[in-house]
Amino acid sequence: MADFIQLLVAGLATGGIYALVAIGFTLLWQTSQTINFAQGEFVMLPAFFMLTAMSVFAVPFWGAVAIGIVVSAIVLGVLFKRLLVDPMLRHGVLPLAIATMALALFLKEAVKDFYSAEAQPFPPLAAATNVSIFGAAVALQSLIVVAIAVSAVVALQLFLNRTQTGRRMQATAQNPTVARILGIPVERMIMLAFVTNAVLAALASALVTPIYLAKFSNGEYLGIAAFIAAIVGGFNQVRGAIVGGLLLGVIDNFAAAYLSAQYRAALPLVLLIVVILFRPQGLLGRVEERTV
Amino acid sequence: MSRSRLLFGTLAGLIIVAGLIAAPFGLKPYGIYILTLWAVTTIAAIGLNLTLGYAGQVSLAQGAFVGIGAYAAALLTTKGWPLGAAYLVAGVSCFGIGWLLGYPALRVQHHYLAFVTLAFATLAYLVFRNEEWITGGIYGLSNIPRPNLFGYLLRTPRDFYYFCLANLALVSLAAWWLIRSPWGRAFVALRENPVRALSLGVDTRRYTLMAFALGAGLGGISGVLYAPLVQYIDPTPFSLLLSLNLLLMVIVGGSGYFFGPFLGAMIAVLLPEWLQAASKYYLFYYAAFVMVLLIVSPSGIIGFFERRLAAARKAAAPPVPPMAEAKVAP
Amino acid sequence: MTTVLEVRDLSKHFGGIHAVNSVSFDVNEGEILGIIGPNGSGKSTLFNCILGQLHPSSGEVRLDGRAVTGMRPCDLNRLGVSRTFQLLQVFPELTVRENLILAAQEHRGSMVSRLFGARDAGLSGDADRMIEFFRLAHVADEKAGALSYGQQKLLDAAMAFMAGPRLVLLDEPAGGVNLTMLANLRDRLEAINREEGATFVVIEHNMEFVMALCSRIVVLAEGRIIAEGNPADVRRDPKVMEAYLGH
Repeated sequence: MADFIQLLVAGLATGGIYALVAIGFTLLWQTSQTINFAQGEFVMLPAFFMLTAMSVFAVPFWGAVAIGIVVSAIVLGVLFKRLLVDPMLRHGVLPLAIATMALALFLKEAVKDFYSAEAQPFPPLAAATNVSIFGAAVALQSLIVVAIAVSAVVALQLFLNRTQTGRRMQATAQNPTVARILGIPVERMIMLAFVTNAVLAALASALVTPIYLAKFSNGEYLGIAAFIAAIVGGFNQVRGAIVGGLLLGVIDNFAAAYLSAQYRAALPLVLLIVVILFRPQGLLGRVEERTV
Repeated sequence: MSRSRLLFGTLAGLIIVAGLIAAPFGLKPYGIYILTLWAVTTIAAIGLNLTLGYAGQVSLAQGAFVGIGAYAAALLTTKGWPLGAAYLVAGVSCFGIGWLLGYPALRVQHHYLAFVTLAFATLAYLVFRNEEWITGGIYGLSNIPRPNLFGYLLRTPRDFYYFCLANLALVSLAAWWLIRSPWGRAFVALRENPVRALSLGVDTRRYTLMAFALGAGLGGISGVLYAPLVQYIDPTPFSLLLSLNLLLMVIVGGSGYFFGPFLGAMIAVLLPEWLQAASKYYLFYYAAFVMVLLIVSPSGIIGFFERRLAAARKAAAPPVPPMAEAKVAP
Repeated sequence: MTTVLEVRDLSKHFGGIHAVNSVSFDVNEGEILGIIGPNGSGKSTLFNCILGQLHPSSGEVRLDGRAVTGMRPCDLNRLGVSRTFQLLQVFPELTVRENLILAAQEHRGSMVSRLFGARDAGLSGDADRMIEFFRLAHVADEKAGALSYGQQKLLDAAMAFMAGPRLVLLDEPAGGVNLTMLANLRDRLEAINREEGATFVVIEHNMEFVMALCSRIVVLAEGRIIAEGNPADVRRDPKVMEAYLGH
């Protein structure tokens, strides 16, 4: 029982991180038909912004995290949209998707070449102590990650549902054409979606990097996790991304405990293939209207 | 096509072919190896071009299919089987896997194939690395023999190069035949306007699936040639990076153009060699180049020059008289 | 008289909007049926539901008695139903002749025979006949993208007839076409109806075109049929006038 709780909390922690990344990914797709294959690298990179702030500018940890989030919002949000997505969108969905693949390679190589190819330690969010929950020793770190991830998701949901800007963004996500007719500043909402994605990715970065250490190759695995979470949950819904992320995190952790280390990574992949085979709209998604 | 263009094209083609045949005589063994690698890579790129350029689907698994072909060839030939058996095994299994992967993915959403192939490629790599009893795991398979053509062992680099070149020629011929057949017409329709194509009875799903499965099969064939080329394989070359590289080379050359894969493969294979000086960062520059190229010309290098040529021709040509609508009197 | 198409209680809603509301009508062999109605009355949605481009929310469509509701457009096409689109859709990179061959090649043989058989799938003769009939001989080997708008419209119509279909649905064939071309188009459509006994359904805004071409008319407003009959009667129907004028 104690093991179960430990794994569950750890799973929710990881799952919360995946959810943050998957939400942003889904938002980008919904608002602008952008499939961002560089999403994993968007989670890998902010950690390096934060490390630079700490090592070069001697900014304390939480300040560095804040700086990292702001810089990410600018670089991975505004610049990404203006410099890559906008020029590419007129060429269509496919070329843009491939451009993001090139971007992923670019970011990965940039960090490897100009920062370091070695894994860098990243400060944890809390002391490495354990807390007792129902008799199980649960890492404080995990609890804090869960707390932060949950707060972020809740804040996002409140924003989307309770504020005017948030509702406008939702309308844009659901149907940009109609939103435009309704007078919603669609372009600004789309930019907001990009910035939101960057912020969520940066937050996820701060949460996940203490575990995996900052390495240029982190993006590969995190990217795949984001895609799987988004698709399993239901590609056309933010709620789907949350459910998908949490589910994936929990499955991943239990798999690590009970399956061979070598094939631990296989389970999410098999899950993806199974979902696409039997329930392609994802757990929460609606069956999309056939357009052909 | 005008007579002069046809003449020019044929002449250029003959010169290039002659060059390819004569090349090994002026190159050291390493140079011949690079040329052979180009030929083998182009086969995989031609396959991916079918999937991406003609059917408009992103496949991130071409590298895995190359891997499957390579391991099939390695396992069979080290056990004494002829390379021909590997062609059969690799071709059929990759084609079949392509069909199995594509069928459910395409049934739903067209962009799902990218994710399914991504998952498959990652899984394949895990299998290559973990299943030591069959693939040798991280230790790999070594002493892969060169093939035996009717009793003549293709041992030397030059002999094996000509063998690969011949394979490339056959694959190119087959691809050319495919594009010129009614299938090619259906592919153009499906690429330009799938909704209209459907309304004309073109089963877009089946054609897309075919293109993907055939592309996968060609990836397998490419692998079958890769194994005897390097004579030792391990999982490392068959990671996602290979699939990404193959994708990028098709794009850079020009997806949907017949010669796109040839050009793209040449750039991708030769680039690291040329940039030995700055080679530490060559992937970084390559990625930047691809992004800029995509923004400027999503149809790649060939597309870029084709547009330039068309614009130049339009500027030089005399104004066309308005289409004679008056002729069509009731 | 045989009924080629039966539409029964076809409905399509998008959320709360009933784009098509319980529409029923028949199309008889050899007739030219017109479907008219003000903008937003659901004509295109109706077509898309019949042709499998959209899943109807409820209702049934039968072709020669056989249920075809929601069938994929390519399968429906192979059963003998073809269409033209409101927004012109020829393949600009293919020549006129190639466009026509494409339009019928999927009806010849199997996938395999199409790969290993003749380049033109044996359709050059048919394509030439269509080119003659629609008077496109002088542009037969031009890329379709180089043709004038009116000529592309003719090509579009020709493509719809290439496979000798049982039923053709034309979505605003007269849209954006000049008067001369329009007369030519109408003449060709009437000729093909007369000589080949082709059955068609036409959605149109151009009243004159519809009244002259069609033998029977169905009027749609706000997703429902409000009138049905021959052109003269429909023209005089007060409900129809109100639907159009009240706009």
